Amino acid sequence: MGQNTVVANDQNFTDLISSDTPVLVDFWAEWCGPCKMMNGPLEDLAGAHSGRLSVAKLNVDENQQTAMTYEVMSIPTMIVFQGGVERKRLVGARSKAQLESELRDYLA
Amino acid sequence: MPEKVLIIGSGPAGITAAIYAARADLDPLMIEGFQRGGQLMLTTDVENYPGFPDGIMGPELMEQFRKQAERFGTRIISSDVTRVDFSSRPFKVWVDEDLYESDSIIISTGASARWLDVPGEEKLRGYGVSACATCDGFFFRDKEIAVVGGGDSAMEEALFLTKFASKVTIIHRRDEFRASKIMANRALEHPKIEVIWNTVVEEILGDTGVTGLRLRDRVKDSVSELPVEGVFMAIGHDPNTAVFAGQVETDEAGYILTGDNSVTSVDGVFAAGDVVDKVYRQAITAAGMGCRAAIDAERWLESQHG
Repeated sequence: MGQNTVVANDQNFTDLISSDTPVLVDFWAEWCGPCKMMNGPLEDLAGAHSGRLSVAKLNVDENQQTAMTYEVMSIPTMIVFQGGVERKRLVGARSKAQLESELRDYLA
Repeated sequence: MPEKVLIIGSGPAGITAAIYAARADLDPLMIEGFQRGGQLMLTTDVENYPGFPDGIMGPELMEQFRKQAERFGTRIISSDVTRVDFSSRPFKVWVDEDLYESDSIIISTGASARWLDVPGEEKLRGYGVSACATCDGFFFRDKEIAVVGGGDSAMEEALFLTKFASKVTIIHRRDEFRASKIMANRALEHPKIEVIWNTVVEEILGDTGVTGLRLRDRVKDSVSELPVEGVFMAIGHDPNTAVFAGQVETDEAGYILTGDNSVTSVDGVFAAGDVVDKVYRQAITAAGMGCRAAIDAERWLESQHG
């Protein structure tokens, strides 16, 4: 796991997303090629915006309960939570620049 | 100093070109693109690439390719090319604001999965509509799903999806598959796979997730609904050439036109792989084309400097 991101799982999920600081959760799996493309962009995003947005990674193989609760049907799916509420959902791999543009409301 | 060879794309064609160019002391720069590794990154078992008798996973194969290119000194940029200017030499290639100049160019940007372009598809993409079985199949455990298409990739996706789904229906617009015999037979003989022939998808139904498909039988001209919770597209590919529009000649579908070898309409610009090839489209043929392009570029560069 990268140095700027934290691990989300079924156990810590509720606590993790209840933060007032927006949390982006990346739903991923080992067998998903496009998910691997997101490692660099998400690590960079977390490093560049620490304090404003935190980034967590949830392995859907090991945490099927959470993936089912949020009806994730395609990975990578990235969901921004704030105060326990889903604010924004991005489906599919994208570059750091694209992430920053789509998440600008949460990076200010 | 401009680069000697700049390679755009990093599938089998681009990486093979990089390996050959690097070993010819051309010190290639490869702009691999954000979706590095190309279409093989979206596949599972590759059973037809020689040298791997037990098969190899697509992403693993591409990691090995990339390592080999790096071993011989290929420099790699992990972003997408945003603009090119091939009207004068050295050729110009931009990645956002960064400009790269090169004496020769090898285009190997490949192709991307095609979408149906029917109502409901865009809205439900990521909510049951997918073009990547290996990414999304996992989420359809014990569910009924459909695969649209009739080629090898449709068979591969359908067979892969049987690991998860309770039933996979292949919807094909003709009365026979264009897939290879071995793949078609594996699909036809699979107990979880059914085929609906001569039929097209007219609409993908559902509000927050896929609930079904509206189908039209092209022979009987009758409409029906198929309840499924997921639909996977495997209806072919389109070449990734939008960024080269007006710079090199393409055919009507956007494939780059080349002569006897890998030479495009612009002297010094070469092309290889699925961005050119709408016939074979295999990892091994793309790799072979990448090799040709690197050798063509090397000889062309020699001819320029006399």
